[in-house]
Amino acid sequence: MSDRKIGDVILKAENISLSFGGVKALTDISLDVREHEIRAIIGPNGAGKSSMLNVINGVYTPQEGTITYRGEQRKDMNTYAAAASGIARTFQNIALFSGMSVLDNIMTGRNLKIKSSFVEQALWIGRARREEMENRKVVEEIIDFLQLQHVRKTPVARLPYGIKKRVELARALAAEPNMLLLDEPMAGMNVEEKQDMCRFVLDTNDQFGTTIVLIEHDMGVVMDISDRVAVLDYGKKIGDGTPDEVRNNPEVIKAYLGAH
Amino acid sequence: MPEPTTFPRLLLAHADARPDAPALREKYLGIWQTWTWRETATEVREVAAGLASLGFKRGDNLAIIGDNRPQLYMAFASAQCLGGVAVPMYQDAVADEMTYVLDNAEIKFAIVEDQEQVDKLLEAREKAPVEHIIFDDPRGLRNYSAPGLQSLEALRALGRDYMAKHPSFIDAEIEKGKTTDVSVMLYTSGTTGKPKGVCQTHEAFITAAQGGVAFDHLVGTDNVLSYLPMAWVGDHLFSYAQWLVAGFTVNCPESGDTVMIDLREIGPTYYFAPPRIFEGMLTNVMIRMEDASKLKRWLFDKFMAVAKRSGAKILDGEAVSFGDRVKYALGNVFVFGPLKNTLGLSRIRVAYTAGAAIGPDLFRFYRSIGINLKQLYGQTETCAYVTLQPDRQIKFDSVGKAAPSVEVKLAENGEVLVRGPMVLKEYYKRPDATAESIDQEGYFHTGDAGVFDGDGHLKIIDRAKDVGRLANDAMFAPNYIENKLKFFSHIKEAVCFGHGKDAVMAFINIDLTAVGNWAERRNIVYSGYIDLAGKPEVYELIRECVEKCNAELATEGELAHSQIARFLVLHKELDPDDDELTRTRKVRRGFIQEKYGPLVDALFSGKQMQHIETQVKFEDGRTGSIAADIKIAEAKRFPAVTKAAA
Repeated sequence: MSDRKIGDVILKAENISLSFGGVKALTDISLDVREHEIRAIIGPNGAGKSSMLNVINGVYTPQEGTITYRGEQRKDMNTYAAAASGIARTFQNIALFSGMSVLDNIMTGRNLKIKSSFVEQALWIGRARREEMENRKVVEEIIDFLQLQHVRKTPVARLPYGIKKRVELARALAAEPNMLLLDEPMAGMNVEEKQDMCRFVLDTNDQFGTTIVLIEHDMGVVMDISDRVAVLDYGKKIGDGTPDEVRNNPEVIKAYLGAH
Repeated sequence: MPEPTTFPRLLLAHADARPDAPALREKYLGIWQTWTWRETATEVREVAAGLASLGFKRGDNLAIIGDNRPQLYMAFASAQCLGGVAVPMYQDAVADEMTYVLDNAEIKFAIVEDQEQVDKLLEAREKAPVEHIIFDDPRGLRNYSAPGLQSLEALRALGRDYMAKHPSFIDAEIEKGKTTDVSVMLYTSGTTGKPKGVCQTHEAFITAAQGGVAFDHLVGTDNVLSYLPMAWVGDHLFSYAQWLVAGFTVNCPESGDTVMIDLREIGPTYYFAPPRIFEGMLTNVMIRMEDASKLKRWLFDKFMAVAKRSGAKILDGEAVSFGDRVKYALGNVFVFGPLKNTLGLSRIRVAYTAGAAIGPDLFRFYRSIGINLKQLYGQTETCAYVTLQPDRQIKFDSVGKAAPSVEVKLAENGEVLVRGPMVLKEYYKRPDATAESIDQEGYFHTGDAGVFDGDGHLKIIDRAKDVGRLANDAMFAPNYIENKLKFFSHIKEAVCFGHGKDAVMAFINIDLTAVGNWAERRNIVYSGYIDLAGKPEVYELIRECVEKCNAELATEGELAHSQIARFLVLHKELDPDDDELTRTRKVRRGFIQEKYGPLVDALFSGKQMQHIETQVKFEDGRTGSIAADIKIAEAKRFPAVTKAAA
């Protein structure tokens, strides 16, 4: 559908194992992500999808295995380092500042781009002022992109679920990420909201060339928009490949029918 | 009247006289961006030259599709500079619907808003001859490579090159334009058959606009917010013709969802909206008042009572007691002013509504808080310009007096006939339809039935084809009576019968929410719709409404004969799924009369009770039947009151 070129592998997770006490969340998982692609991780409930995302993002440190991001191997990457290296994410359970307006929430995504000091910001002088204008412009472009103009000044708590999810995506985009991790972006949405979200994910990928890793429960959605899909079940990877390959993989069929 | 002219010449005159005054505004990235008259004229010329370089010729049609955007308004003028015709199309139409118009109007050039419209045109292009598609917003279109597709930016660059080579070209083309040239073609929605292209000349719209501008004293510093579809005649008159005649500022909202926010930011001085928008605003106010604190509610109720009593009179300059004037002024400080500010209506000098009947309570509410809301009447074929309500002569049930340079008269059967420069030149490629609607003397037959009241105000009562005659030959306008009934909040739908009979009968559908609420407050227990509809108390409630309606009809001359003699409350809601209403919720009288034949007969024969069984379709597609015994009630009728006595 576009001239975006899927590039080299930029993130490589090798032999990742993660356990919480005696519970093994992930067992010996390896997967890679290529630049500019839409990469999905799917699986039934409790398959370890979110854990995998949290490992990539540096929230969890796996007991075994390595993560290589843009040629740099990191045993334990923390969240700050992940964000600074251009990885942004959304959460399965909406994690916005509910008392703040949509605009302010998205502005928080610009946090890492702000260089002015606390004092400058408090007095709104010098570069604080210039920075705010620059950042506001970027944020306004995202608001336009995700069609959030009508709720710009509305406190997030008053918004319907589908729009909140879009605000989360907006905040993640405000960081101008290279890689965007989306944790069940369509969970709990109605058909129309899902279609909107799919379009926004595809547009983001197309417009900004952002590499997207998304976790989804809904197979249908994933198959339509992803370039490659990895399937997890009980913490193990049981399939990986193009949507067509995955769809015809007997193990995947078994896992999905079993967990039906 | 100034000498005859064309829209491009009007534009150039503004650019000469007031080059730095704002012509257009649009909110983009959260900031209102302004185009001055000079910038507007420059952009219009560039686009025109760009179109010319692609081969757009005198008499060609240019399709314009999208939301209200400055660039699209300018596209009208660009086409007209070259002696072309602008053909705005509804932006929410699907590709199939567009194909007909594109094909019918032989559209080779289209200027559209964005990817959505481009996609539709590319689909339609398989069957229609569109060669050049020019888009304004490039988002998502980066990788499109269809032939003839380019951005407005690129077109303007072509135009600049073209003008560098042919510096006097555009001015010469504008010079060639005649006021009798067709300037715009507006397609009518066409409830029957295919849409028809209504060809209007520069002269027609300029006359209509000049009339309206003089009538309401519009000036260059006025502001309007343009949010109604550009393909609709009302928007073309208010946001294009009057814009170029009066030279005020047209403001385009940020997006369709932000209209109410933008309204508040712009604070227009001149405003147009169909009744449903005014109704939506009022509902919002009422809902928010319910949640307001006790003190605020008390203030609101107190001052709204004052407003109801004397607000409209103050607006109309009638005599009002000193005490009420003081109270109203206080109310303005505490309630009306802040309320108008919240609605974005605090700077309104003139507001119009049209397109459908407006409820008297709704109309009075806005007038009572000091908003000069008026009604007008017109259709696509008359540039939406037939009658206007003059300031201080406002009636909720009339549409005003004939506007300047319009002749209005009534035909034998009550049909409204209109003559004047604003009447359409022709229907595009439809000489048969043109001949049918414009008679030998040049009168356009509107298809609406009306009456003039004692003060010479026109009252539209129905579609002419729906108007019947009672047995005593008095006019019977079912739609008019039904609308009167529907203005009562307890009545959702009404169907009247009486053509060829000696009295009028009515079916009533109660409004379940309103009547249900009413019943709960009175501790009336009911199990569901059928049960509630049959309650004697509900019949009493509806009888009051019907009798009020009769009392009003008694004062309306010939219509006094149409007072409702008997009525019944239907046991089921009329539903489009059962084909009883159209999808736009218009009553299908003939079908209902047949389906409920026994009930209609019972009404006319004066029975007390009638049993009926009806087929219904459930939402999941299954059908079932419901049976009920329906009571028939009598309503009091009043002796006709002459105008003098009223």
